[in-house]
Amino acid sequence: MTTKQKHWRNRIIVAIALFAGALIIEATGTLERTFGEPGALYAEFALFLIPFLVGGYDVLIEAARKLAHGHGLDESFLMSIATLGAFALVFFPDTDPHMAEGAAVMLFYQVGELFQSYAVGRSRKSISDMMDIAPEFANMERDGQLVQVDPFEVAIGDHIIVKPGERIPLDGTVIEGESQIDTSALTGESVPRTAKAGDEVISGCVNTSGTLTIAVAKPYEDSTVARILEMVENAADKKARTEAFITRFARYYTPIVVGLAAAIAILPPLFVENWPDWILRGLTFLVVSCPCALVISVPLSFFGGIGGASRMGILVKGSNYLEALAKVDTVVFDKTGTLTSGTFTVTDVLPAEGFARQQLLELAAHAEAYSNHPIAVSIQRAYDGAIDLKRISKTEEISGHGINALIDGHAVLAGNDKLMYLHDIAYETAEMIGTQIHLSVDGAYAGSLIIGDTVKADARQAITDLHAVGVQRAIMLTGDRQPVAAAVADDLGLDDYHAELLPQDKVAQLEAIMRTDGECAADDDKGKRIGRVAFVGDGINDAPVLMRADVGIAMGAMGSDAAIEAADVVLMDDKPTQIARAIRCARKTMRIVWQNIIFALGIKFAVLILAAFGIANMWMAVFADVGVAVIAILNAMRAMRTKGL
Amino acid sequence: MKRTFKLQDLDCANCASHMEHDIAKISGVNSAKISFMTGKLMLDADDAAFERVLNEAQTICTSYEKDCVIVR
Repeated sequence: MTTKQKHWRNRIIVAIALFAGALIIEATGTLERTFGEPGALYAEFALFLIPFLVGGYDVLIEAARKLAHGHGLDESFLMSIATLGAFALVFFPDTDPHMAEGAAVMLFYQVGELFQSYAVGRSRKSISDMMDIAPEFANMERDGQLVQVDPFEVAIGDHIIVKPGERIPLDGTVIEGESQIDTSALTGESVPRTAKAGDEVISGCVNTSGTLTIAVAKPYEDSTVARILEMVENAADKKARTEAFITRFARYYTPIVVGLAAAIAILPPLFVENWPDWILRGLTFLVVSCPCALVISVPLSFFGGIGGASRMGILVKGSNYLEALAKVDTVVFDKTGTLTSGTFTVTDVLPAEGFARQQLLELAAHAEAYSNHPIAVSIQRAYDGAIDLKRISKTEEISGHGINALIDGHAVLAGNDKLMYLHDIAYETAEMIGTQIHLSVDGAYAGSLIIGDTVKADARQAITDLHAVGVQRAIMLTGDRQPVAAAVADDLGLDDYHAELLPQDKVAQLEAIMRTDGECAADDDKGKRIGRVAFVGDGINDAPVLMRADVGIAMGAMGSDAAIEAADVVLMDDKPTQIARAIRCARKTMRIVWQNIIFALGIKFAVLILAAFGIANMWMAVFADVGVAVIAILNAMRAMRTKGL
Repeated sequence: MKRTFKLQDLDCANCASHMEHDIAKISGVNSAKISFMTGKLMLDADDAAFERVLNEAQTICTSYEKDCVIVR
């Protein structure tokens, strides 16, 4: 609790004690004996006015201040009118006194407000703690001395030293030392990772055992930690439709209820007797007219959901994406880097007649020398000789086909079936699992390389999990040949796959999948799509598809700028099982949001109706206002808990 | 220009949504968003008018919550 809250609490305790004292004095009949009729009534009025003013004077002042600013329909104003009204009834003869009720409502209201303030403060803090991954300093050696500098001042290429227990301040490569690194703040993964010379490390992780010297690769503002913080802060910018709806609803709810309150207090007394009773009913309406329970608990649930997800290493860029994620019924995977590890190796070399194995590798390695495509890198690795860049006079990458290069004056083509077909070269198709890269020299077929990609250990589990959370279609898109795609799809239990796609085909394919959503009963009568389509990619070459999907999920994003930029949801580690967890987390959050909306509105409407018929009293009304808000907040805070997801 | 400000002592969610609504109506403001949970104001306003907009926004915030301060 802050000091402000502590003072507030103490004042409420004193007021409650005074209120209890007043109740006792009233019950013992002291007032009647001392003042007699009707003086006792006014004495009672004065008696209950004491705890009322002690507990709620600030509310009255605030109400007056807001009225002066023209914000009449404010919570404090409505509460003041309702409670003062209850007291004022004493001045009208032939009415039941409601002083005790007036004072109690004010006190109860204050208790609720204090709790709200405390709960909001606590969840704000727990989320900011969770996001407390910003490094405060970096250690640098200057003139033989270790000094602490601001991470902002460190330039690319500088060497920084990270001691055990410290947070790695900037992205970079280890050049000296070996240590265990705790990535849990970023990935939710509790098993530490080993980092040694040559390994890349990510800012925001904690160095646990040894001292590391790191060559900085990115300035602070581009480092992983700065980007994540920026993303989380901006998450509030994109509000879910449910959230926007509640805000709009709140804008109309209060004036309408206040209007009804006025109507109930003024109209019926024109025709029937017993007008003080009608005024009391109107006052009861006023107590219920604040939409606070909803206005606080709905954003709090979303915020908690986003916070909880980030603790699992799932970054959601806005509550609208959390909302969409909960409705996902189709998950489309880009094979490489999501279901497979994306680390390729040359598994077979198949030279054509007249070519040697080594010669084929040499040609391929030179043709792919300028490419950083994972397949090209694997070929460069497989070639054990040195690559002489001077031998390459021209290279041209043909997207989705391969490479056209001029090596030692010979025209070399390296690529898939389509490239060979395009150049009218007869090629041989090998029936092996993997990607086949054909080579030709001056128009003559030279043979092919088979490049294999390993399926991730938990890919199968990931698909099973998705089906378990109710995802109806898990579909794979790949540029691979049909038989390879079929084998992987079959192995993993995918519902469908589309093979031999060029990168630019993937958007069209995704759009086709989004259109056929109706097949799994995801359309409502108005032809509006209910089920959402998520696309999972690794951020390399698939940014347009990530953006086109209802929810773009980027995997293995530690350090990949393109992925963080293009995606709506970023998975910090590269486990595909995280997708089902993300969906479960989103569903849980939406469940809590709707529980709160239905609960809060249900109770409020019920009390309004009961109050209109004179059944509900002010006690029930104050429960419908403050009690409901407290319960809704407690419920919303559940969204932060991720255990068992 | 787009900037984010911390809102100190923002305690009332309903006020926050009213502030957001009113600040967005100040002339020169392209968009204004308030996140009650993070206690932040994300303001996008014309460069030339930024200082004036910020002052008007502060007046609006104070009118809803007397302690609420835009930290510049």
